[in-house]
Amino acid sequence: MTLLSLRDVRIHDGVGDRDVVHGISFELAPGAAVGIVGESGSGKTLTCRAVLGILPEHFTVAGGTVSLEGRDLAGLSANEWTALRGSTVAAVFQDPASYLNPSLKVGNQIAEVVRVKTGLGRRAAKDRALELLDSVRLPARVYGLYPHELSGGMLQRVLIATAIAADPRVLIADEATTALDVTVQAEILDLLADLRDRTGLALVVVSHDLAVVAQLCDEVLVLRAGETVEQGPVEQILYEPRHEYTRLLIAEHARYGLDRVLELEHVA
Amino acid sequence: MSPEPVLAVTDLHVHYRRVHALRGADLTVAPGETVGVIGETGSGKSTLARAIVGLVRPSAGRITIAGQEVAGLRGGGWRALRRRGVVQYVFQDPLRSLDPDLTVEESLLEPLLIQGRPRRAAAERVRELLERVRLDEDLLGRLPGELSGGQRQRVTIARALATEPRLVILDEPVSALDAANRVRALEFFQELRDAGTALVFISHDLGSVAGVADRIAVLFQGEIVEEGPTREVVNAPRHAYTRLLIGSAPTLRSARVARAEREELRELLRTNGGPA
Repeated sequence: MTLLSLRDVRIHDGVGDRDVVHGISFELAPGAAVGIVGESGSGKTLTCRAVLGILPEHFTVAGGTVSLEGRDLAGLSANEWTALRGSTVAAVFQDPASYLNPSLKVGNQIAEVVRVKTGLGRRAAKDRALELLDSVRLPARVYGLYPHELSGGMLQRVLIATAIAADPRVLIADEATTALDVTVQAEILDLLADLRDRTGLALVVVSHDLAVVAQLCDEVLVLRAGETVEQGPVEQILYEPRHEYTRLLIAEHARYGLDRVLELEHVA
Repeated sequence: MSPEPVLAVTDLHVHYRRVHALRGADLTVAPGETVGVIGETGSGKSTLARAIVGLVRPSAGRITIAGQEVAGLRGGGWRALRRRGVVQYVFQDPLRSLDPDLTVEESLLEPLLIQGRPRRAAAERVRELLERVRLDEDLLGRLPGELSGGQRQRVTIARALATEPRLVILDEPVSALDAANRVRALEFFQELRDAGTALVFISHDLGSVAGVADRIAVLFQGEIVEEGPTREVVNAPRHAYTRLLIGSAPTLRSARVARAEREELRELLRTNGGPA
């Protein structure tokens, strides 16, 4: 069964009067992971926003269909979108601090989302928030801390905890590890892989780094200027890239990255 | 024996009030050698870079650049050294390292005129520099705000090379660039190295440095915990933190292997007072 399906989705910029995403298609099954790779301006974030119903002003889905659990999302009312977000599809973005209120304890902010999204009472919402902190591998004392008391990696964990508060089936991670140190990035990617294994959460992983996406995903789309230049299983993209842009992304790792000096027997 | 190093840092300490940011760092760089300094947030890597170019005063230790002891230099001494242009610094964000009110041409002329070159020779040199970083002459009249990110970083690199420095400190020089510009910049750094310039390539990401550095130094909590030829450090890391760094760097081939090992290393570093 398909959880999330995009068919030939086109996104139109009403101000520039032009299409900025020219027909993106992919299907996401429960527990699967799709990766979208591209530079800034490639349309990867707009595609995510279309799935979440939060396209910026003047941008519209001008063609194709987005469906979630078999339901076409075109023409949903604002209330219907609100009901969908968080409970079926949720997202985390690059700068976690900007999604939290700096003057409220993070635990209360998670609990508030739990109350709004699941209708639990205060006491139960707090218990659930503590449970969520535990599931993103944060100690319970984090509940009583303010955002400025947490590192970037911990803040991103708090955002992931909030995103999965209402048990969504799809989590979109849009450059969610880009601003983090490499070791912290790996912790967050490991956490996402772990959530996927434990709960069957399906992932859409968006990154400018092909290696990040390769680490987590089964299928990869390579976007450039709103166009899918390559799409397929991760092994095919890595070992038989057809488009020159994909080859450039791979060459960067192969010629200048760790891949150049890493001896394979060490890895195995 | 190896030639006299362009840079020799010995037992360098830096304090910011009560914070001991750098705890006895040693680093040598030979002519034509590229040394990667890897460190994450709070490791002291930018402090090390800034101390080398005189932007931060060390509390103890020695820094020798091309034979001259610089750690004890005051303002005037540093200005004289900078005028000679022996050491240059390229920052991550090219927009903030170029004067927004100077055209590309003015920015590139400035270090040459300060050095005392006649205007005509300086203008000639500017054209050479543009060609080296493969920028079109049409861009000479533009302001930094009118350039793309990749073009801007090439201007900062050209500016750093204007005085034919023997040592260039690159602080996350490609982090803000897109893939095509990253590859172009890395290719260029290799050319520079091959031409005999010593490079210190500072990054939080071992993956982005491994392919260009002859040697790697790993900074962790203000100390260089491991140093050696790139291939050795990457394939036979001795320190747990180096192992975690390598296990964490996204790569195309080893991607799915190390999740459990990473968890063990994190636990080890946590119990040994490592990062939380």
